[in-house]
Formats: sequence, C-alpha cells, structure tokens
Amino acid sequence: MTSTLFEKIWAAHLVRPETESTPAVLYVDLHLVHEVTSPQAFAELRDRGVRVRRPELTLATMDHSTPTTPRLGGHLQVLDTQASGQLKQLETNCDEFGIKLFGLDDSRQGIVHVIGPEQGLTQPGMTIVCGDSHTSTHGAFGALAFGIGTSEVGYVLATQTLLQRKPRNMELRIEGKVPPGVTAKDIILAIIAKIGIGGATGNVLEYTGSAIRSLGMEERMTICNMSIEAGARAGLIAPDETTADYIAGRPFAPVGADWDAALARWDQLASDEGARYDRSVHLEAASLAPMITFGTNPSMAIPIDGRVPDPAAAPSGAERTDLDKALRYMALEPGQSLLGRAVDVVFVGSCTNSRISDLRQAAAVMRGRRVAAGVRMLVVPGSRNVKRQAEDEGLDRVFLDAGAEWREAGCSMCIAMNGDQLAPGQSAVSTSNRNFEGRQGKGGRTFLASPLTAAATAVTGAIADVRTLS
Amino acid sequence: MKPLTLLTSSCVVLPAANVDTDQIIPARFLKTVERRGLGAHLFADWRLDEQGQPRPDFPLNSPAAAGAAILVAGHNFGCGSSREHAPWALLDFGFRAIISTGFADIFRNNALKTGLLPVALSPSAHATLLQQLADSPRVPVTIDLESQTATLPNGTVHAFAVDPFARHCLLNGVDELGFLLGQDAAIAAYESTHSSRVCTR
Ligand code: SF4
Repeated sequence: MTSTLFEKIWAAHLVRPETESTPAVLYVDLHLVHEVTSPQAFAELRDRGVRVRRPELTLATMDHSTPTTPRLGGHLQVLDTQASGQLKQLETNCDEFGIKLFGLDDSRQGIVHVIGPEQGLTQPGMTIVCGDSHTSTHGAFGALAFGIGTSEVGYVLATQTLLQRKPRNMELRIEGKVPPGVTAKDIILAIIAKIGIGGATGNVLEYTGSAIRSLGMEERMTICNMSIEAGARAGLIAPDETTADYIAGRPFAPVGADWDAALARWDQLASDEGARYDRSVHLEAASLAPMITFGTNPSMAIPIDGRVPDPAAAPSGAERTDLDKALRYMALEPGQSLLGRAVDVVFVGSCTNSRISDLRQAAAVMRGRRVAAGVRMLVVPGSRNVKRQAEDEGLDRVFLDAGAEWREAGCSMCIAMNGDQLAPGQSAVSTSNRNFEGRQGKGGRTFLASPLTAAATAVTGAIADVRTLS
Repeated sequence: MKPLTLLTSSCVVLPAANVDTDQIIPARFLKTVERRGLGAHLFADWRLDEQGQPRPDFPLNSPAAAGAAILVAGHNFGCGSSREHAPWALLDFGFRAIISTGFADIFRNNALKTGLLPVALSPSAHATLLQQLADSPRVPVTIDLESQTATLPNGTVHAFAVDPFARHCLLNGVDELGFLLGQDAAIAAYESTHSSRVCTR
C-alpha cells in the first residue's frame, strides 16, 4: 500500500478513526495561541471548569493587535485600550492555565507563524493547529498544520484533540528552474491565479516537483502560507535535507539520540512512489514571472507586465460581476497595465514575507536607493529575533537610510487592527497575503507582491518591475 | 448552542461570490474578548456609511430584509480568515442559516459549531431560489435539518448534505466539547503510546 505524506501524518494521529456517524478524533502535537482568537475559548473553559490538558504542548504569542511602533525604554506602548485589554487577557489566561507566553517584553515575541519555525517547534510529521488560517505556513516542514476557529481552540486546549473529517489530497507539481526575479511569492500567486480562490477547498495541498525541492525553508513557508488563499485546508511540502538543516540547533529542536531518531522518522514521511492524489495540477517553473494582484481577492493576479483583465471576457456572469466590483474598488480599467501606477504605501512584512531572507531581498534592492517622495514604506520584521538578525547584518540601516520605517515585530499593516493601516483611498503594494476590501484599512487598496517588487515599487514611487529597475 | 431543527423564514439575498470574512466582520472589531454584540458590526463597511448610518442600497438594509433569519449568498461564502467572529456576528444579527452553493472550509466548520447552519444547494436550485426571491422578496423558505431538506417558495424540495455528527449537535443544541471530553480514555491511551514531539516549557 502506498501513501501520501498527508495520509501518513493523518494515520499517525488518529485517536479514533472516523465512522459514518462521527468524524475522526485527531491528536494535536502543537497548539499555537494568540490574543485575538483565544479569549472566548479560555472563557468557555473557565465557565465549564475544564483545565488545559497539555499546557506544555501549547505556546502563546502576541502579534495581531500588537503595536509595531518603537519601544520606549524597551517597552511597547499599547495606546488602544481595547487592544491592551485583549493582550492583558492573554497574559491572565496563560498565567491561570499554565501556558508559556512570548509576551511583548519577551525577546522571542513575534508573528505566530514566524516564531514556531524559528524556535524549532515546527517539525516534520507533526499536527499543528492555531486559531489562524495561515497556520498552513508550518506545512513547509511536512507538518499537517491548519487553522481552526475559537470553539476548536477551546476543544484543543481541553482535550488536545479535534473532530475532523479526512480532507481530500491534491498535488501541485512544479518542475523546472525558476527564472531570475521570480520568488516564492510569485510562485504561489501564480498557483492561486491558476486554480482559483476556492480551487483547493476541501483539500490538503501537497507541493511537489524539482522547483519546490530547490527552494529554501523560508521560501517554502511563503508558499505554504498562502495555501489557504486557494481554499486549501493545509499546504504540505515533504521534509528533506533542507528541512533538517534548518531545524538543527534551534532552541526546541531535538538533540543527541532524539535528533537521530527524529531524522529516521522524518525520512519515512515523503509520499511513496506511485501514491495517489485525488487530483494533480502541473506547472512549469520556466513559464513563471513576477506576479502582482490587481483585484480584491488573492486569485486576481497577473504577471507584473501583464494587463488587467476585461470583465466582459469572464467565462461566467458571476465572475463578471466579481471582477467588475473588484476593478471599481481598485479604481482600475480593463486592459490597463499596473506598471507605473502610483502608490502611497509600501509594506514589507506579515507571516508571508517577514523573515530574514525576505528582508535581505528587499534590502538588496533598496541599498543605495531612496524611497520615492510621497511614498511611505514600512518594513516590519516577523519576530524580534528576525529584527535582531537584520540589525546585526545592517539591514535596518539600509532601510532607514533609504527613508523607510523600521518597525517592531508584529502583524502590522497586514490586518489593520494594531494602528498600522491605510487611509481610505490609499494604495499599497504589500508583501502580505490578503487584498480583500479594507483588509489593510477601511477603503484602502492592496496590491500583493513579492519583497523584490515591493522594494522596486518603493524606490520608483509606482508599481515597478524589479527585472528592469534602472 | 441554540438547537436548530426546523426553520421557516424570509431571506436576504447577498449575491456576490467569494464573500470573505474580512467583509463579514472587519478586523478592527476583533479586539473584543466577548462573543456577543458583534451583530452591530456585521458587514460594517458594506452596510454602514462613513457616519455609521445604514446604506439604503445594501440588501440587509432593505425593508424586505427585516426579520429574515436566512441569508442567501454567492459561491464560496466565508473565505479568508478563520475568525469565528464571522458566524458570531451573523448569529447576533439574527441569521440562523446561510444558503449558498459552497462554503469555505473553516467558515463552514465554525458556523456549525456555533449554531449557524450552512446549506449548500446545487447551482440550479440556488439559481431557482434567487429567481423566486427576485420575483417576490418576502416569500419564506423552509429548512428542515432533521430531513436535511430545503423547501423553496415554489414548493420544490432540495436535499442538502450535513455531517451527521454536526447535525446531531445542532439538532440537540450540544457542542462537540462534551463528546471530546468523553474520549478521555482513548486520548490517554494514545498519549501512552505516542511520546510528545515537543515541549514548550
Ligand atoms: S501577519 Fe497577517 S495573515 Fe499573518 S497571522 Fe498576522 S494578521 Fe494573520
């Protein structure tokens, strides 16, 4: 019997297999918690008098409603009383239930999907959940990782398990060599554009092929991160040497005999030769170009030198309406090129693109250049560790010298609930993952792209192609 | 969770496809630590103008929408973030069921866990319903969870799928936590044969 990576992880975590009448009881190896989707879950536990079953398999951080403005005397100032109440609530909850918290003053604080891998907590073959849809990020390590709602956060706290129906399993194979100027962000935007915003609904998406194998871990995280934008339950990439090299030596990584045992286990995880997927989609890496979104969901993306599609040419009435509405919101015309379109803000950050390699890419473009007049550029590291490393490498100087803002770690302008946001009518090129209406601030317009495109846009003052930057 | 067995109600139609959870409840309203009260912010940026007044052209604000407990939405409703605040806001506003041709996975899960029933009809049944509601906006639709059927205003009956366990929970107004807590022995047995992968301590 051959099995896929997904099937192997699924089978290894069944407390009870599914039946006609009940879903499977699936064991959770690691539960990540943040301030926004957990307070009501803890309240439920308190109401019912239930304790947290395995606090030592749980880690909390603060990221979403956390300000990223400079620390005063080493401390973040949370001016928003509601946000500050929510952050305090998380502290109280973690205290009361015995959960480790990377609070605002902890040197390891950061975006939940940045710190898990950074700390070596994210490991192949695990099941990982979090009350956050971008939990799919951790799938880059060959871990089955998916977002859950607040009720389920409570179930996992209480029982370390979830009731789950087995999802379908889809393969996305990308073969060949990725052209210069094309990053992981461009690859995933191209994938979502191809299969659609609901194209992987009900599926765990495994990325395979030589182009995927050639990517580093941070690039793989960028890809898996956005699996949810195609509707996927989770994204997965089989672990290999690149994976093990990345994990080795991190604070929570196994050591000694445990490390050897882990390596042996991880070695068995890859999908077997001839294993069957419910569906396979193929893409040639050579055909890929830098991508940018033009619309109001992540599947509305085109090559950066392409043209905005004409709703009149859409295959169905519903798609026509959707596209029409998006172009109106974005103030774009059919057939228009995005190159040269002025922007107000450039945002480099979020759990998609805020790791050291992302910052290095942006800095490489910024070095010796200046942010164009009238443009505000925010560079927001994904964690305090990333921030320190970037500062050790002098990247902060590159950004500051160019006239960009160098911020504290957090979700920042990805979500507009922490003070960082667009004003109505403003446009931004952002390295985050969602361009929904108002996502970065009410009335704001978002163009999603890679850190390279974001940096090229910042120095140009308008949407720019990094490949032809003068 | 409030049980749901049989629901007969007029509907509000929000035909757009791919309505994401950032529209259902914008992120700036997620700083609450409560479940209640989110209905005031449901579809805030579509429903309300700059002054916080209802926009007359938004379907939920039409006089015909008053009292409707069923939202008829476009395909892939609830895509995007995992915020359970989305079904909480819909429930708090007064909805008990959403009819579409398909739902995003996390939204469907969250909805079922909070007492909001997602009903996925075939594209043709959905189109028929939209037509009937365009002709007479106040006609009621009946959703019977027991028999898993939706009866459209023209009397045609359409089956819909619900996970049997979620159906059981919703019919009886119980959540899954009780069941999972009852699995204690099986969970302990699993833990005794599978050592922890990590320790966050
Ligand atoms: S960076 Fe954005 S997408 Fe990622 S966890 Fe934070 S808010 Fe969510």
